[in-house]
Amino acid sequence: MRLPLAPCLEKVTSLTAAERTMRLLIIEDDRESADYLVKAFREVGHIADHAADGEEGLAMAESGDYDVLVVDRMLPKRDGLSLIGALRDKGNTAPVLILSALGQVDDRIKGLRAGGDDYLPKPYSFAELLARVEVLSRRRGGPAEDTLYRVGDLELDRLSHRVARGKDELTLQPREFRLLEYLMKHAGQVVTRTMLLENVWDYHFDPQTNVIDVHISRLRSKIDKGFERPLLHTIRGAGYMIRDGIR
Amino acid sequence: MTAFGKLVRTTAFRLTLVYLFLFAMFAASLLAYFAWNTRRLITEEITQTVNAETSEINELYGRRGLRALVLAIESRALRPGANLYLVTTPTGQAIAGNVGSLAPGVMATRGWSETAYRRIEDADDRDHRALVRVTELENGFRLLIGRDLAERRRLFGIVAKAAQWSILIVVVLGLGGGVFVARRVLRRIDAMSGTAHRIMTGDLSERLPVGRSGDELDRLAENLNAMLERIEALMAGLKEVTDNIAHDLKTPLTRLRNRAEEALAKSGCEADYRAALERTIEESDGLIRTFNALLMIARAESGQARGNMDDFDAAEVAGGIHELYEPLAEDDGMTLKVKCEPTPVHANRELISQALANLVENAIKYGKPVAQTGGTVVSMDSGQILIEARREGDQVLLSVTDRGPGIPEADRKHVVERFVRLEASRTQPGSGLGLSLAAAVATLHGGELRLGDAHPGLVATLVLPARVGAGDRVAPPIPDVPQKVA
Repeated sequence: MRLPLAPCLEKVTSLTAAERTMRLLIIEDDRESADYLVKAFREVGHIADHAADGEEGLAMAESGDYDVLVVDRMLPKRDGLSLIGALRDKGNTAPVLILSALGQVDDRIKGLRAGGDDYLPKPYSFAELLARVEVLSRRRGGPAEDTLYRVGDLELDRLSHRVARGKDELTLQPREFRLLEYLMKHAGQVVTRTMLLENVWDYHFDPQTNVIDVHISRLRSKIDKGFERPLLHTIRGAGYMIRDGIR
Repeated sequence: MTAFGKLVRTTAFRLTLVYLFLFAMFAASLLAYFAWNTRRLITEEITQTVNAETSEINELYGRRGLRALVLAIESRALRPGANLYLVTTPTGQAIAGNVGSLAPGVMATRGWSETAYRRIEDADDRDHRALVRVTELENGFRLLIGRDLAERRRLFGIVAKAAQWSILIVVVLGLGGGVFVARRVLRRIDAMSGTAHRIMTGDLSERLPVGRSGDELDRLAENLNAMLERIEALMAGLKEVTDNIAHDLKTPLTRLRNRAEEALAKSGCEADYRAALERTIEESDGLIRTFNALLMIARAESGQARGNMDDFDAAEVAGGIHELYEPLAEDDGMTLKVKCEPTPVHANRELISQALANLVENAIKYGKPVAQTGGTVVSMDSGQILIEARREGDQVLLSVTDRGPGIPEADRKHVVERFVRLEASRTQPGSGLGLSLAAAVATLHGGELRLGDAHPGLVATLVLPARVGAGDRVAPPIPDVPQKVA
């Protein structure tokens, strides 16, 4: 798993907080990690509640209307996977991000099969967690399944695979198209390198090199080069974001 | 447990007991059959003799009357070892013969019967037994002719005695044999348990004694020895990993700590602190990566990832990795090419992808062509990296060939070990685990990682078993790629 550099929380906040406030439930038995997460989420403008064990977490998840649940895999009283199973059985579809010290491929698959929507191995950076939680929350909102994505004067037609910036038609390689599609689907949200590797390439390992950066810079040269307003931004210490203008 | 108790509890001894029982039963039934048949034969013979004599006497009586009968009986009765004869009047009075007394009622029933009797001349009081036939003559006279059964009894006695002895001999020999076999087995088992015990107490280098007979115990010992071999290798591997972890994780940890201390000691501005913290996070990320790689290797080596295998074409993986790394190679002034043919495998796709990615990353990092004297570059395809998926017989070869300096033959075995980095590569970032992981992944799939010379350059090949039954077409080897591998 690629761990980005130190997150610059203030910057991340300014980009995302104004968009939408999320209600989060953190189910984590380690007091210190939980406090850190609650505090960090509140600092970026989200509402975060905390449950210290599986039973309490299940009860709170059922009663409260949360946008995203962040669930530790190993919990006292009821483990994370069984909690997710119980929630899904009762028809609760709130997106769940599983946090786990078990970072191996099979564990991730097991977690996703149990009904989790995303899986993040410990130790993680907060920027990575925040980016993933925001994408999960947006996914629930549902507008991302449009056939036409538009950011500023950049347009991507998912059906005809046509990409245009203003009046200029852009020619993208298939993978560049998918990369741009993913970025635009989550326009205005930070997308980490790991998320790109997982979702665009479907790889879950940790490249020791900056492969993703190279792909991004190629894409950037196609969509931003020669235009006055850059759309594809690098968010230092976190990842990338496509957005019309930056405050 | 006493020595005897141990002996009695052995499988060999128990089996002996079962066989012993079976053989005793067999001998007993054989003898019983023999005895019964002998008895039948003797009885038959007696019956025939008595019948013949009865009809003879009857005929004499019919021809010459009672007087001749009495005379004939008397003369026959006096012969030594003679049969039994008795003639009685209709009132039951004996008038001729050699029978002194009979069991009551014998003369009253006609036909065959077995009875106790005494001869007239017998001095002792012992009863004898005889098989007799009583016939009625004219005028109510009765004739008894019979034969003593002592012979039959004696024969039966002999058989019974033979049975006793033979069963006794069977039991004694059987038990003796059982003890002998059990003790032999027990001695070998004891030797094996003794060794096993010593191994358990810590001496993993010891091996079980293996005999030359190649019997089941030898085979067991051989298999156990093979198992010990594997355990010892695993233990050695574990120890090596632990040592390496201790060394290679402690170094960056120390660096981390030193930096934090240094930052604390110096009273700097916020920017300094920030820089120090960023470096700290960078360093710890590196540590986590190393740790993850180690865990992954350990998993692959222990075979835990076997559960997640499916059928796919390794060429797809090669294509995917090519697609991912092609821009990176180009940025580094190299070209990444891919050459594929259908290569069906049954494998863990994630691990194969990662192993191949590691090989490609290595090629990009270390495969830059070396300048020859005068600065001219070696050949036309310098800076080219080739990913290739091909099938050779029942093997699938996933290879990455670069045109860099390669790895000297002496070092090839070495670089696959964990954390080993050649001097030339120390300046590059990396954990020294890439090849170890690739090798572990290949081993997990029952294959291997081969490192060879590409003249110039390195060819690293993941050799995997091809999926069985997936097309029998065997592609010819591609001629323009060096085939020489380590």
